[in-house]
Amino acid sequence: MTWHGKVLIADLSANTVRTEPLNQAWADEYLGGRGLATRYLTEMMNPKADALSPENVLIFATGPMTGTMASTSGRYCVVTKGPLTNAIACSNSGGKFGAELKYAGYDLLICTGKAVKPVYLLIEDGNAQLMPADDLWGTTVWHTEEFLKEKHKDPQIKVASIGVAGEQGVKYACVVNDLHRAAGRSGVGAVMGSKHLKAVAVRGTVGVPCANPERVMAVTKETHQLLKDSDGRRELTEFGTNAMIDSMHAFGGLPTNNFLKMTFEGSKNINPEAMKTPNENGHTNLITNKACFGCTIACGRIAHIDKQHWSVRNRENYHHASGGLEYETAYAFGPVVGVDDIDALTFAGYLMNEHGMDPISFGVTLAAAMELYELGILTNEHTDGVPLNFGNAEALTIMAEKTGKQEGFGKELGLGSKLLCEKYGRPELAMVVKGQEFAGYDSRALQGMGLGYATSNRGACHLKHDVFAEDMADQSGDGKAVPCKNSQDQIAMIDSTGLCLFTTSAWDTDAFQRQIAAACGDDWTREKLLESGERTWNLERLFNLHAGLTAADDTLPPRLLETPAPEGVAKGKVCELDKMLPEYYSLRGWTDTGIPTQETLSRLSLNEHAV
Amino acid sequence: MKQLILDADKCTSCLQCELACSLEHEGLFAPAYSRIKVFEFEHGKRNIPYTCTQCDEAWCLHACPTNAIAINLELGTKYVIEDLCVGCKVCTLACPYGTINYNAKSGKVTKCNLCSGDPKCADACPTGAIVYADPQELTV
Repeated sequence: MTWHGKVLIADLSANTVRTEPLNQAWADEYLGGRGLATRYLTEMMNPKADALSPENVLIFATGPMTGTMASTSGRYCVVTKGPLTNAIACSNSGGKFGAELKYAGYDLLICTGKAVKPVYLLIEDGNAQLMPADDLWGTTVWHTEEFLKEKHKDPQIKVASIGVAGEQGVKYACVVNDLHRAAGRSGVGAVMGSKHLKAVAVRGTVGVPCANPERVMAVTKETHQLLKDSDGRRELTEFGTNAMIDSMHAFGGLPTNNFLKMTFEGSKNINPEAMKTPNENGHTNLITNKACFGCTIACGRIAHIDKQHWSVRNRENYHHASGGLEYETAYAFGPVVGVDDIDALTFAGYLMNEHGMDPISFGVTLAAAMELYELGILTNEHTDGVPLNFGNAEALTIMAEKTGKQEGFGKELGLGSKLLCEKYGRPELAMVVKGQEFAGYDSRALQGMGLGYATSNRGACHLKHDVFAEDMADQSGDGKAVPCKNSQDQIAMIDSTGLCLFTTSAWDTDAFQRQIAAACGDDWTREKLLESGERTWNLERLFNLHAGLTAADDTLPPRLLETPAPEGVAKGKVCELDKMLPEYYSLRGWTDTGIPTQETLSRLSLNEHAV
Repeated sequence: MKQLILDADKCTSCLQCELACSLEHEGLFAPAYSRIKVFEFEHGKRNIPYTCTQCDEAWCLHACPTNAIAINLELGTKYVIEDLCVGCKVCTLACPYGTINYNAKSGKVTKCNLCSGDPKCADACPTGAIVYADPQELTV
């Protein structure tokens, strides 16, 4: 068993911490991470509670594989109710924080209530205490991490924290750990801020026990080799996730100018080749690739901004190396806002990490603002004099900073696309599902992605299903419901292990099963794992239904459902959601209004959660 | 003689070496007890794996008042004889590289012994940043 069997509960209202035994019965049903945290969340809060009220519960969850030698074992999830979506939020992060939390002896950290004054939580092995954070409040993620390591005289402390964006309730504020890894989506950082919790600092030396090291190591060696031999893994190591940008441009599925276009000529200036090619000053954007904890892929990019670039010319504090462009950041600061200045994009990424914001939601919100500006609905009077035209790189970096610091028009951008577009009377321009902004795939070209976006429990998201192969092969909605549903269940399982989704080019469900069985016991069969994933998916759905969401929320903006694709492989097509959704509900064992039937609830032992 | 050849340019800071080391020597996954460490510099720009170099002139060995550090002539390693170590930490002061460390759990010091000739860190390294080889036999 690679669980510790311990949950740390920080009651912020009472300013106390306590340890409780892990509910092993729940762990046997939900494994860990995303699933187990969802089970705790449903038990501990009313889904109707306001996401930014003290009633919300914020859970940091490791999985049974977190901190083991399985490749990519550094993952943890932040599960809570998201202010961006008013639905369940489940944001996954890598880096080294998750493993450190596990090494401190805890499977889960649950934060309830709201501190009277700003605090941070210090965890050192079995000891945890809430400490005053008045002098950290109002400062950046980067300052907070450095400050805490210095204060506690331990460079090995791992920190997850929020910036001003999280403190001031930016709807898509994230939790950043290890300077540039983040539990990025749905506004989990704003929940942390609403609780007056600035940071969690953790040092763990307890480790993770391994009951059967010989067997664990045999499986680990075998699965390491699978990854090593995989072409998908090789591409991630060599190019990072941004390898996708060229293929999406060529395919015609790359959302450009707030989804008005589906190709972006500027892609060549921000693609992996551009990252590796010296510019006219002899500066090369990419420095190296970097792994999260335990990861033998190392898709992360470490980059630096050209010191002579206008964005940072006199700002030496941005001349150091830090997290570089990945596909979603390249998309969100690139095509969707029409910008192709690689240094401006990299700088915007730095600002997201420094101030703690989700790049996808920020970029798509800015794209909506740019469309409103080009329509004449927003003017320079609204935008602090900054012309928000598509393609304006300066607007990108200025607005990223204003939003991070919550100054001027940045306050409006902090609302997210949905509220911003509603405020200016054009709700249809918000490229969102359930209030959350789209990732870098247009669902007129990738139909299965459209179904996945519409049905994702946390709003538009590219990471909760995997229908890529089917979508690339065929541009209709036919046959997409089955792989969408199956991959949603599989990924819910993977997110509950503590391992990373990016292993699936090499690992099938059986490969996960062999590792989990070796670590957690042979009762974790393939069937039990997939059922556990399906149970998690349904429990998330039930949380949302209890929160007040309905089938009407499983939809896409009119631009994708009614406006034919202007170009690319799917030219003339719209997303065939109306065809796919009924098939999907039926496959899920849900009614035609998207509610799990009694039979489905019984099959998954979810009766007590019925709507 | 074979030794650990560490190539910082290839290291991604995945810490598989630390995991393998702690499992081999402590029986659990706990990088805090690893004999090999990866240091990150400049926000991850440089990641440098580092462990005992098995010095010819091993100051830890000479400093030890209880003769608890011995030489394995076949492997060239200097290893800790746990039964003799009293945990006085003099060796940790003598080592110029800081690669022999006190373990508060056991009350004794720990250092790399090349896993008695089969170093698990090199085996676990996915990028070739840690290789166990005879430098003279490596083709350049």
